[in-house]
Amino acid sequence: MSELVATLGLSVAVLAVVLTLAAMSIWLERRLLALWQDRYGPNRVGPFGLLQVVADAVKIFTKDDWTPPFADRVLFVVAPTLVVATTLMAFAVVPFAPGVVVSGLSLGLLFFIAMSALGVYSAIFAGWASNNKYALLGSLRASAQVISYEVFLGLSVLGVVVQAGSFNLTDIVEAQRGLWFVVPQFIGFVLFLMAGTVEAHRLPFDLPLAETELIAGYHTEYSGLKFGLFYVGEYLGMLLISAMTVTLFLGGWHGPWLPPLAWFAIKAFAVMVLFILMRAGLPRPRYDQLMAFGWKLMLPLSIVNLLITGAVVAWR
Amino acid sequence: MQHPRGSSSLLGALRAMVNAVATLWVVFVHAVRRRETQQYPEEKPRIAPRWRGRIILSRDPDGAERCVACYLCAVACPVDCIALQATEDPGGRRYPAFFRINFSRCIFCGFCEEACPTYAIQLTTDFEMCEYRRENLVYEKEHLLIDGQGKYPGYNFFRVAGVAVDGKARGEARNEAPPVDVRSLLP
Repeated sequence: MSELVATLGLSVAVLAVVLTLAAMSIWLERRLLALWQDRYGPNRVGPFGLLQVVADAVKIFTKDDWTPPFADRVLFVVAPTLVVATTLMAFAVVPFAPGVVVSGLSLGLLFFIAMSALGVYSAIFAGWASNNKYALLGSLRASAQVISYEVFLGLSVLGVVVQAGSFNLTDIVEAQRGLWFVVPQFIGFVLFLMAGTVEAHRLPFDLPLAETELIAGYHTEYSGLKFGLFYVGEYLGMLLISAMTVTLFLGGWHGPWLPPLAWFAIKAFAVMVLFILMRAGLPRPRYDQLMAFGWKLMLPLSIVNLLITGAVVAWR
Repeated sequence: MQHPRGSSSLLGALRAMVNAVATLWVVFVHAVRRRETQQYPEEKPRIAPRWRGRIILSRDPDGAERCVACYLCAVACPVDCIALQATEDPGGRRYPAFFRINFSRCIFCGFCEEACPTYAIQLTTDFEMCEYRRENLVYEKEHLLIDGQGKYPGYNFFRVAGVAVDGKARGEARNEAPPVDVRSLLP
């Protein structure tokens, strides 16, 4: 009974923290983008513009939450909730510190991959239900790109699994006590970062949203709260990929002097900054380039990486 | 992240990735550059003296209105935002009975200033004239008329023009020859 209460309390705490952080990362992204574009960014509302998020939330709550008459109502409403729900579910297996994990699933890594793969339904449903050509194009791109990058998202992570000998994320972090996996699994790390960027629809792989080509992709017909959900979902995805990168490759909570939770937060923050830097600096590739890059280069590379890792581990 | 067209060579992709990392570094270094933003309400921007801002009506060095109500500004105005009515004082000087500029229409083109023969209407450097109510953007003569001479100090139209007004007969203006009796010129 007390165990149940503890799990419940922890999951509520994780939900609250993660949702707050997702909202704050909107502010962080805008300030950092401004920093790299020689501007200031939002600095008016509250100290350092921190309350800009609150102002934006108030604005988005008071906007007309409109469902187009030509849309498929049920799917139209379900789609934005799906992306938030699946991403939040995936946070359940992330070990933030020793013992601080909502669910110590023995197949935690697979659960994460499954949840991030389910998230693509949100894009497909949104595009289909919107009954709009740009939305549909966006969702087609989203599904094609996520399905192809999902393949080596899994394969790039398998090297870590082979080295740690477990799918449990806590075990994987423990296996990095001596050496972070980013060193022996550097190729896996780069592949995972790229695949994660695709998963989170972040630039430079934001082809499903591609404002310059597709208006806003599958967001096109969304407004008000439902748009807000997609927006928060995007940042939740970025947080999740950052947390998973830290867990799988950057040694999780391990680090000297500071408490484990602080180390986790610092590392995750650094990865977030990298994601935002990528948005500030890199142009979006053409769609066929993205696919060719994925299938012709990333996939073989991840398989070779997995084979070499397996050979080395078996040889020892 | 792109690689050269038609090639999926490892080398090309590697070069693209190195390029991407270099790009990221260049962007990252921008963090310590000087900011381009001017934090406006606290930090006032530099306004050029020839800026076309709020329109004023100036006075001549004697303190009298420069405007002679010739309507040229109202005619020149492309958006018809200037309205006025000419009248004459007992001394024979024309002046506007009312002078109204609707700043919600004004496009600050400066044509009125160019059309004005007496330097009366002038555009200034003030641009901070927002209002919450549209009606407050209609300026009457009392709002437009300033006490000074604006951009052209020392200029007094009636002292250089050959028009007779109270206190100045014909031929008394600056650089003006006395009037000629045309009959004396007849052969």
